[in-house]
Amino acid sequence: MKSDHKFITLERVFKNGFINFGRNIWLAVAAMAMMAITLTILLFAVVANATFSHTISEITRHIDVSVYLKDSVNDKQRQDLIDQIQRIDSVAAVSYVSKEQALKTYRAQNINNPELLSAISETENPLPASLKIEPKDPNHLGEIKNFLDKPEIAKLQSDPTSYSGDRKAAIDKIANATHFFRQAGIAGIAVFIIISMLIIFNTIRMAIFNRRDELIIMRLLGAKPWYIKGPFIVETMLYGIVAAVVSLAVCAALFKIASSTLQASSLGLLDISYSNQYFSKNLWLILVAQIGAGIIIGAASSAIATRRYLKLK
Amino acid sequence: MILLDRVTKTYNRRGAALERISLHVEPKEFVIIVGPSGAGKSTLFKLLTREEKPTSGKIIVGGMDYEHLKDKEIPLLRRKIGVVFQDFKLLPAKTVFENVAFALEIAGLPTREIKHTVPKVLEVVGLKGKENHYPLELSGGERQRVAIARAVVRQPKILIADEPTGNLDPKNAFDVIKVLEKINRFGTTVLLTTHNQEIVNYLRRRVVTIKDGKVISDRAVGQYRA
Repeated sequence: MKSDHKFITLERVFKNGFINFGRNIWLAVAAMAMMAITLTILLFAVVANATFSHTISEITRHIDVSVYLKDSVNDKQRQDLIDQIQRIDSVAAVSYVSKEQALKTYRAQNINNPELLSAISETENPLPASLKIEPKDPNHLGEIKNFLDKPEIAKLQSDPTSYSGDRKAAIDKIANATHFFRQAGIAGIAVFIIISMLIIFNTIRMAIFNRRDELIIMRLLGAKPWYIKGPFIVETMLYGIVAAVVSLAVCAALFKIASSTLQASSLGLLDISYSNQYFSKNLWLILVAQIGAGIIIGAASSAIATRRYLKLK
Repeated sequence: MILLDRVTKTYNRRGAALERISLHVEPKEFVIIVGPSGAGKSTLFKLLTREEKPTSGKIIVGGMDYEHLKDKEIPLLRRKIGVVFQDFKLLPAKTVFENVAFALEIAGLPTREIKHTVPKVLEVVGLKGKENHYPLELSGGERQRVAIARAVVRQPKILIADEPTGNLDPKNAFDVIKVLEKINRFGTTVLLTTHNQEIVNYLRRRVVTIKDGKVISDRAVGQYRA
């Protein structure tokens, strides 16, 4: 009997919330738009963060040590060197790049640059053969370096060893930038959440003001606080749901357009195609999270508004 | 049914709105409270519905001692008391039926029961057939009868009516008073505030006169004395 009564009340609270939502629709649009913007920024921040992390791990994975060999190094010497390198603990893998392969790669990389291509003639291949060493941890190259610096090894090399040193510095820069973006993102999101809550707060306050007679009557007829407050909270939770869906639709459209018009490589750090892929892969999770965030922002702001403006005594 | 024991209510700066008021109302009684504006009738009303707390003194209504009433019990108290206001306090966007049903929805009654009960009560107050009208389409007297229907639909033991005829012409006022008498005959205690001399003289009921926050007379069958 008691639970029956609770259920009826809950049902009426929801019903009234929906009715109020319909009645306040124009007032609600502003609140929903603001919330949609907030959620969109939140979503962009999450996707950008995932993309940065992905980019960093991709770059880190491609860090290697290149040992350039003199043309005079014969097959036996080369094989000995490979065996020795493979025995080093911090080496994950070693691969051999022949002069011909090096030329092919160079040609492919500079296909749009005929001047560079013409500087290289097939007969006189100036590119050295090399060994590509993949370290287990790109931050710990000491052991490999020590080995390669030994005089008997050094004399086989045509050029100084490339430790991707410049790339390492670039990676650190990216990591720092990511850190900064993350913090700026958190601050930005916080500001937008506060603005959006203030707007919702005011919307609800207006709605309460418009309906103050009804609320006074409800109070005098013995409505319990939750029966009065509940519909307002349901109403703002609806704002959250609508805003989440709108925001997701906007983001989906943007990613679709961005990934088809912008080439992945043209933006360097921001790998749009990865972002798009991440976005579509986690679509449902993102939708649920967006709705959850919308509901929380809405419910929290209306709970504060009703607490302040519906003194129930 | 209603017991006030030396109740005083003081607002800031102004003097006492009510001063040591004592009043005892028996179940099923019909009591008229008269007095000029500013005498303290509205304050008394607000104390009974617990919109205000007394500065001192004891109030017991329907067995509930207001002193020990917790905040969350206030809604339950208000459901036990039917209230009627001078300005009706109907919701203009709701129909007659919805306005009355509203009181039952708040109390958490099932929709089926509401559909069954509301028409009966509307019949009692003489508004059968007006279920789908909006308050603005009704005369003042009809509106007040909607408000009475809303107040009694939960079958309260006590009905308090604060100047219910204040905004009505004599004919409508008497219609409303007759409805109140009918409800009293069914066994509801009625507390009516008014300053309409004709009504007081017509009703021939107990009259309590308040002036300057004090009870100055309490007669079993009273006449109005300005």
